[in-house]
Amino acid sequence: MTGLLTLSNGQTFKGHWHGKSSAIQGEVVFFTGMTGYEEVLTDPSYKGQIIVFSYPLIGQYGIQSLYAQSDSIQVAGIIVAGLYDGPLSKDSIPLAEFAINHGIPILSGVDTRSVIQNVRESGTMQSQLIHTSLPELAWEPVQTYFFPATTTTDKIQTVGSGSAHIGLIDFHYKSSILNELLELDCRVSIIPYATATETLDSLQLDGLLFSNGPGDPAALQHLFPTYRDWAERYPSFGICLGHQVLASAFGAKTTKLAYGHRGANHPVMNLQTKRVSMSSQNHSYVVEKNSLQDTPFSVLYENVNDGSVEGLVHDTLPLKTVQFHPEAAPGPTDHLELFHQFLAAAQQKESVKMHA
Amino acid sequence: MPKQQQIKKVLVIGSGAIVIGQAAEFDYSGTQACLALKEEGIHVILINNNPATIMTDKSVSDQVYFEPMTLESATAIIEKERPDGLLATVGGQTGLNLAMALSDSGILAQYGVTLLGTDMKAIKQAEDREQFRSLMNELSEPVPDSNIIYSIEGALEFAASAGYPLIVRPAYTLGGFGGGIAEDEETYIKLVKQGLSASPIQQCLVEISIAGYKEIEYEVMRDADGTCITICNMENLDPVGVHTGDSIVVAPSQTLNDKDFHMLRSASIHIIEALGIIGACNVQFALHPETSAYYLIEVNPRVSRSSALASKATGYPIAKIAAKLAIGYTLAELKNPVTGTTFASFEPALDYVAVKIPRWPFDQFPQAERRLGTQMKATGEVMAIERRMEAALQKAIRSLELPIDGFRLAALADFPTDSLCQLAIEADDRRLFVLFELLVRGQSIEFLHNITGITPYFLSVMANIVNEWQELQQLDWNSMTRSRLLQAKTLGFSDQQLADLWNVSCPEIWGQRRIWQVTPAYRMIDTCAAEFRSDTNYFYSTWQGSSDVDRSHHKKKVAVVGSGPIRIGQGIEFDYCCVHSVMAAQKLGYEAIMINNNPETVSTDYEVADALYFEPMTPEDILNVLDFEGINQVILQFGGQTSLNVAAALQDAGITVLGSTVDLLDQMEDRDRFYAFLESIGLPTIPGKTALEATAVIPAARSLGFPVLLRPSYVIGGRGMIVLQNETELSEWLQQTTMEFPVLVDHFVTGKEVEADILTDGENVWVSAIFEHVEGTGVHSGDSISITPPVSLSQQAIVELTETAKHIATNMDYTGLFNIQFVYEGDQLFVMEINPRASRTAPISSKVTDVPLVQHATALLLGVPFEELHIEESYNGQPEYTVKAPVFSHIKLPGLSPVLSPEMMSTGEVIGSSPDLDTALAKALTGASVQLANLADGGTVFAEDSSIDQVDNASWEALGFRIVTEATMPFEEWLKTETKKVYIDFAPDPESTNAKQAAIHRLHVWTRPETAAAFNGTYSSITALAKGVLAK
Repeated sequence: MTGLLTLSNGQTFKGHWHGKSSAIQGEVVFFTGMTGYEEVLTDPSYKGQIIVFSYPLIGQYGIQSLYAQSDSIQVAGIIVAGLYDGPLSKDSIPLAEFAINHGIPILSGVDTRSVIQNVRESGTMQSQLIHTSLPELAWEPVQTYFFPATTTTDKIQTVGSGSAHIGLIDFHYKSSILNELLELDCRVSIIPYATATETLDSLQLDGLLFSNGPGDPAALQHLFPTYRDWAERYPSFGICLGHQVLASAFGAKTTKLAYGHRGANHPVMNLQTKRVSMSSQNHSYVVEKNSLQDTPFSVLYENVNDGSVEGLVHDTLPLKTVQFHPEAAPGPTDHLELFHQFLAAAQQKESVKMHA
Repeated sequence: MPKQQQIKKVLVIGSGAIVIGQAAEFDYSGTQACLALKEEGIHVILINNNPATIMTDKSVSDQVYFEPMTLESATAIIEKERPDGLLATVGGQTGLNLAMALSDSGILAQYGVTLLGTDMKAIKQAEDREQFRSLMNELSEPVPDSNIIYSIEGALEFAASAGYPLIVRPAYTLGGFGGGIAEDEETYIKLVKQGLSASPIQQCLVEISIAGYKEIEYEVMRDADGTCITICNMENLDPVGVHTGDSIVVAPSQTLNDKDFHMLRSASIHIIEALGIIGACNVQFALHPETSAYYLIEVNPRVSRSSALASKATGYPIAKIAAKLAIGYTLAELKNPVTGTTFASFEPALDYVAVKIPRWPFDQFPQAERRLGTQMKATGEVMAIERRMEAALQKAIRSLELPIDGFRLAALADFPTDSLCQLAIEADDRRLFVLFELLVRGQSIEFLHNITGITPYFLSVMANIVNEWQELQQLDWNSMTRSRLLQAKTLGFSDQQLADLWNVSCPEIWGQRRIWQVTPAYRMIDTCAAEFRSDTNYFYSTWQGSSDVDRSHHKKKVAVVGSGPIRIGQGIEFDYCCVHSVMAAQKLGYEAIMINNNPETVSTDYEVADALYFEPMTPEDILNVLDFEGINQVILQFGGQTSLNVAAALQDAGITVLGSTVDLLDQMEDRDRFYAFLESIGLPTIPGKTALEATAVIPAARSLGFPVLLRPSYVIGGRGMIVLQNETELSEWLQQTTMEFPVLVDHFVTGKEVEADILTDGENVWVSAIFEHVEGTGVHSGDSISITPPVSLSQQAIVELTETAKHIATNMDYTGLFNIQFVYEGDQLFVMEINPRASRTAPISSKVTDVPLVQHATALLLGVPFEELHIEESYNGQPEYTVKAPVFSHIKLPGLSPVLSPEMMSTGEVIGSSPDLDTALAKALTGASVQLANLADGGTVFAEDSSIDQVDNASWEALGFRIVTEATMPFEEWLKTETKKVYIDFAPDPESTNAKQAAIHRLHVWTRPETAAAFNGTYSSITALAKGVLAK
């Protein structure tokens, strides 16, 4: 069983096909972390993308559902060099079995380093992953809009029983964000992104966490005024897409990087302390630094390698946002402290209300 | 924070002689550190008495002191040089210990010397068992409970608080003899009793058992601002219980999920943050294979063997960056030198796996205790890089240069399966091959996991190799297809393995591969998994995918083939030579390509050569590189026997071996041809014969007369050499030993050995420093104390020797550097050996004469005329005596006889220099003895009865020693005394247990009267000549 990965720049890469024969297309992106394939595959921010793992040996510890970031595999296709199919500990299932169960194809034996060199030079692009028995698909543009303007509001779900009550604005959050809040003894209401303000206000929340999510923040443009209103009235924290959305809501612009940041080793500097720490990242879009001039934000974190904006702090409000993933999963846990800071701010809610 | 401007002069402490546990990795890290400091305009002063290092080159620091690594000499240097700072974290444990001594004695404070990097409090907190334990308790980082006990009561007290199971480890016993794991009190008491009586000092370490845990290491860096990064983590294939230096290690970890990976990473950062490390640090953990429970095993607050490995595995130059952090820089200010565009404050992402396998000396010393445990025994290591674990493992195995057939150790084929299972449980150096053999015999992964605790992942990798091998056995060469061959190559099978399987020649497979275009791709070590562009020419081969670069351009290029893992007899000196050869070629406008597989060394620093290939040193692997580079000439003179071994295959493949024909190399190694050569140029030969089979040995010996010297052809470090005094000894020995024939049988000449390195273009000759060996014949040159210029040869003898050397050089059609071993039997000069390559003494000769032999030899090889070398101008006339003294690692190799013989045993060497011979001798011998009993304040010398007549009582008493014999105090009793210093037996049986006992007690063991004379200061009185007599 063989299959082909075709990039829109014309390059093709052969491999062994695992799973039912199918033909899919999606934006090809690469992840440079050496562990955490399970977290990556189930991370909703990767929705619809074809993921290439740079580490050539994948699957050695199998899949333990414990670490999944959502109920299903979010990526559309999986590209690896070596796929491990040997013995595992008894509480794990093989990666191939997991992918087949979710109907997601894996192409193994691929020259992944060359794929990544292509993406590095040409930027992320549309690609097709096709079983050799099937014809090429009609090329479609890369999907970046995941948030339709008209949406039915799902039910608000509340979990946990802690004292602080946090609203998790759901752009397709990673379960480790929720778990981190629960770990810190919060009661968390999961709030669909298009929830009406009255409904939100009726929950008597202590703070809002704007979650990660897939694609272009501009897809949520119609809701920017609402989010700004919320952030001005509640202590807030934004992660990844949540960071981009909040920055945009206050007037900043976003742009797409050539090939994004996806990995576990991205150095970010806290401009207040000058300390550099490693962060877990997964994003294509960034907030443009020079668009911050007319906003009430200052840059809090900066990417050491390319100088891009990695985090913002509001000049007066208890509002912080980070482009990276402080909840890790996968990746380094150097920034868990940010959750503590957010909770501390949320617990000061009364004074904030007076201020607002 | 920028650099501290007040630091203008820094004293760097090196690691001294190579011993087991402290080897070439400190030449690499020390060299990097010195160069990093110099780059910042700092005046660098170095103390290191190891001459065979790049670190002690004049170009690396501003001033080198070849002085003993003692408090006294360090103090004297500080007093003279008045440095502002001290860098002590790149010289291994030696460096740290010396820095602690300087701090404790108040010397640093007295002279206002700042300790750079990690401060003394942190070093002590990490080094002191109790302080470390209490800090870890504060941090809630778990450490396995342990205690040192001297009695059953103490042992039970510990058990009451720690609970079972417990490990009992008697101190100083052969291979941990007498210890074990106790599941309950009854077994525990039995083991403690047994352990206390087995331990010569009646001491045991008892600790809670974490056997079966995975052993995981992290290399961590921290700057003064508190930024912490982990460069790499590593997973030991062997579970906890085998020293990490003796474990097969992979980087990055393979079987840890993201949560466990980052849990341990966070713990490492937590710990070095609490310690306040500035620079590099190594943290070792034991991780439960299922529950994520972990224990901290050890923290090394300095660069280490593991950090050198991590640097080579990732491309991140830990020691260089650590040196910059020590003078005040922060990680975010420093560029990542590999990419040149990103910063040092990041964590490398690998897209390959690196496998390290230790190289043990037990092929040379089968009589030593080869069980592995908590005491490291390996002398060196190899590393292999690939994108498949199977291929990486097979590459690493090939790099070991062991007499193996692919992944199979032939000797194990005869072992019954249950003995193999026992060997798998009680790990020794053969464990990897034992596991392969058991897999070949059909044992399951599950079974092997159950008996060894090795993670099933690693066993399944090995099973994949075995399965592929079994499948390939069913196939044959005629029906081979391109894709099937490629599959075998992808799993790491060499042409040689396939040729053996299918009974065809290697060149045939090589040729067909080229037709099919089945050739390896070369990929770059770029620290970032291709995320950023990088132009560092640091490569490894892999059999899938395409190459990252095209290197087939037509610049002038030459490849230098390295010396592989450090072994006894082939040590760091050859790495020194390879590095100098690369530098010389570059100076002449060549692109120099380095091929080597030793992760510890300077030669495998990617900044040394124009391109570095981390590959096994087999003809196939080398030819693949040459093919990719488009190179057709190689330099093999500097990689010791390793590089010479591939000469014939490379020449057959059409590659030019610079300097000599392969036939000449054979002429020098083949005894009959060698003697014929000597005779043809009118030189006398030592009477000798070649025995083609066992029955020919005794008649040959009879006709030559006893004693005789037996040795195989083509050897490293005198391996397999033995002197036999009479026919009875010879017959006994022949019965006990299996030898590979032909064997050379020589009349054993008794006399004075002398050696020299010779530089020649075939017409012009430079005879470099002449070394006189203190010990007479029968002692390997590497184990002899030696002196240059000679002190007991007459002027006439030196002239004769020099003329003979010139005569040989102009008659042997050789260009470059070679070494001649001479012996004077009375007035008769014999040539014992010609080594057509650089030798162990090349670095010392270069350093003491100021004539850079390797650089000149390389220039000659590349066609520079001899007269353009201007040797006379740089030659310093050898104004001083230099003494080289060997350093042994017997303490690490229980069971190895310390009796000097023609087989080399020392692991390292030091030098001492002075215009006064006695001072030079004293410096060298003091420097060589830092790990042994201190002779400075007297003590007792135990002499065996048979030797007492040869012991110079008066001179020892004058030095404050008292002579003890069995009659005055039994040996066992003497061993218990505090005053024991020296054991003497001048007529030893190589299996003498007293000598072995004395050696593991860190005592001086002297088996030759000349050694004793050198130590008590009577050697120089034999024949003291005036200085400056070296002939040219």
